[in-house]
Amino acid sequence: MTASGATEPNPLAAALERLPVHATTLVIFGATGDLARRKLLPALYNLAHEGALPEHFALVGSSRGKLSDEAFRDLAVSAVREFSRRPPDEKVLAKLFEAARYVAGPFDDDTVYERLAAVLPELDEQAGRRLNRCFYLSTAPEFFPVIVKALGVHNLDDAEDAEVRVIIEKPFGTRLAEARELNEIVLSVFEERQVFRIDHYLGKETVQNVLALRFANGMFEPLWNRNYIDHVQITASEDIGIGTRAGYYDKAGALRDLVQNHMLQLLTLLCMEPPVDFSADEVRDEKVKVLRAIHAPSADDIPKMAVRAQYSPGNAAGVEVPGYLEEAGVPASSNTETYAALRLEVDNWRWAGVPMFLRTGKRLARKVTEIAVILKPVPHLAFREDGAKGVRPNVLVLTVQPNEGVSLSIGAKIPGTRMAIRPVQMEFLYGSAFMSQSPEAYERLILDAMRGDATLFTRNDEVEAQWRICDPIVAAWEAAPGPLPQYEAGSQGPAEGDALLDGDRTWRMI
Amino acid sequence: MTAPVLDSYWSAQDTTPPAIEAALRQLVADRHRENEGYIAARALNMVTIVDAEYSGEIANRLRRVGRYHASRTVVCSVEPGRTTIDARAMVASEADPRPGKFSLMRETVVVSVGEQHLPHLARIVDPLIVTDLKTIVWSPHGHPEAVDSLVDPEGGARPLGECVLWDSAGEPEAHVALDRVCDLAACCEVVDLAWLRVTPWRERLAAHFDPADRRPELRTLSKISVRHGADSLISGLLLVGWLCERLGWRTEQLTRHGDLLRGRARGRRGEVELRLEPVGDMRVPGLSGLEIRSDLGTMFALARGEGGLRARRIERKGDERTWTVLGASRGEPGILGEGIRHALIPDPTYPPALAAARRMIV
Repeated sequence: MTASGATEPNPLAAALERLPVHATTLVIFGATGDLARRKLLPALYNLAHEGALPEHFALVGSSRGKLSDEAFRDLAVSAVREFSRRPPDEKVLAKLFEAARYVAGPFDDDTVYERLAAVLPELDEQAGRRLNRCFYLSTAPEFFPVIVKALGVHNLDDAEDAEVRVIIEKPFGTRLAEARELNEIVLSVFEERQVFRIDHYLGKETVQNVLALRFANGMFEPLWNRNYIDHVQITASEDIGIGTRAGYYDKAGALRDLVQNHMLQLLTLLCMEPPVDFSADEVRDEKVKVLRAIHAPSADDIPKMAVRAQYSPGNAAGVEVPGYLEEAGVPASSNTETYAALRLEVDNWRWAGVPMFLRTGKRLARKVTEIAVILKPVPHLAFREDGAKGVRPNVLVLTVQPNEGVSLSIGAKIPGTRMAIRPVQMEFLYGSAFMSQSPEAYERLILDAMRGDATLFTRNDEVEAQWRICDPIVAAWEAAPGPLPQYEAGSQGPAEGDALLDGDRTWRMI
Repeated sequence: MTAPVLDSYWSAQDTTPPAIEAALRQLVADRHRENEGYIAARALNMVTIVDAEYSGEIANRLRRVGRYHASRTVVCSVEPGRTTIDARAMVASEADPRPGKFSLMRETVVVSVGEQHLPHLARIVDPLIVTDLKTIVWSPHGHPEAVDSLVDPEGGARPLGECVLWDSAGEPEAHVALDRVCDLAACCEVVDLAWLRVTPWRERLAAHFDPADRRPELRTLSKISVRHGADSLISGLLLVGWLCERLGWRTEQLTRHGDLLRGRARGRRGEVELRLEPVGDMRVPGLSGLEIRSDLGTMFALARGEGGLRARRIERKGDERTWTVLGASRGEPGILGEGIRHALIPDPTYPPALAAARRMIV
């Protein structure tokens, strides 16, 4: 097969902001679902608006619902009008979906794949060349193995003179064994280079900026180790409850929903060694090394390193809200955690002895995702006792959302005749320093998958290494009887979470 | 675009740059003290030199650039015969900050100056720009002495502006405009709106010839035809210059046949015919279309169309296909916004394309 970049370099592509993308047909399984309507179809529109799609681009939607091509096109147009980050240009919108195709049927029905096998060459014919094929699995996870196997059975996993890729949404398994089994199925049909496991956090500009901050600035690297860093706190809190997602959430819980994937991604980016270069495998090799350096907890360790809880009724942002067990669709006896906090240790030369605290929860005081690196205190304070009272360890905070940026707290003299110190903030906000609006994570990831760049996707060994850490905790929690500790909705979280932090350490205010 | 909220205002007559700078600093500090959610944008300084009688038109153009506003804009409004300096300083944000969020403040200073101030404009502007931010200079009404004062000061002084925003479209004499922009490019970065109007065409060409089985075709190209707006010859020259430079062709002077420019470039495998033709029915500056032919008998053409560029390809056996390469028009306000944004993203392929374009025309 041939692909972009296979032979001589393209002299016309030098210094272009939007690099060429090979002509592609994107097949979305679950094309009428919530993710497709809210994220994927608007992302495609925004790529089209900016001229970033390939010169030949074809879209095929597939779902159980019986729709005509025309009805699917209408659905796609409506989704863009409702959820696009920019008002659509009607001419671009009309052109984008005017030739979109739709294949209806259950995902375990052979006729779906037979229809696809007929439609895809038609699209090649219309384009006058072989289009690469990207299959996007935006379905309930139980259909991932079904679809992958069916693609193999119907010889849709390979195409002459074209690349075939499969993009798999999260969750990639709900336990280690399940993730391994899914990997085996996927890799029995596709090669790893064809597989793009989505973790949309990696598509966020501010998450990618963790690497820029660490590896493009000389001032941080000398401090980035156990000698100067006391501990790390990674927080992903939400102020909202589960809304209408009880069906999904009660099966998943906070650990599976955010810790196993997004939060461990943040941890690996924070702790990884500098890669040789930023190619997909070099970056992912370093991330996997971090995960391997985290010991899977034993049953005895878990009560000391993991805390779970559920939100109880409370006042969130001035509104009385129900507790988790009172939410619509949640069983009254549910033991699903809406809060999870972990203490992890990365046992390698750089990080030995530096605890990494992770916490996530629903219905907490506010929505924030941040990495806080708390440095060790200075070894000696020469100020008088009362003047030194305000001295605090430096804290470097990388905020992923909502106010994306970096802040560093430093001690400064309070104006006056006395030498008194208090912490002040040096703050950098993305929005203030760049004029560009960050693209939606899905825009970046869809484009990268069409280009075949897997740097921002999770590799098979990476996802299994994540599960190796979380699986014993899931097992222990599933085996333990309820009820779970409670925290009041709108609060800072459960008191039990505080017990994870020893000595003078405390959680940062959410 | 959302209309900015005018938060704070200061003005003075017969004032000095240090007084203006102090007032501006105070305005920003007052706003921040009032609400910590007000954060000053710190991405780019922009110095704009305009004739006073057209300053309203320029202000309108800057208001419509979309999201790409400079953080601090210093407008030097030139009034014939003025000997003193008047100034107005404004701090504006797009909205009041919501709890837990921030709202960006942008600062604008309008300094009324006379022609006598222009050769030394840098001395007036220096205190008014934010130190350590890149500064782009835009002088849509000419005033080359003011631009030189900012980007190419006499006596080897360190220039205040690192970048000039320039628009070759509409320049009556292409070779004069190219000479000027070549001079500027020798001393600072140039963001040429005529070049940015060509960007989508360059991207489409790069994409079309990107598949590995089509790249060898680039070595067989035999004819390049470009249709451009009557005021956009330089956009056409830059596109052809870029192609020649990227493909290793040596450009030569083109000859004029009425409105048409024709000539040849020399590549390793032979000559490539070049043709630039104006079209009269374009409502906006830029290109109207292009056509590329190869020795193999293939042809690829792009033309403006609805929802993107209309592409047409003829294979060597005569098979023909047409399709639309999707993309929304940025419009002229969007092009100006792109120009401001590109001050922070220098394009290394522009200077060689400019040099190649310059060789093609006398």
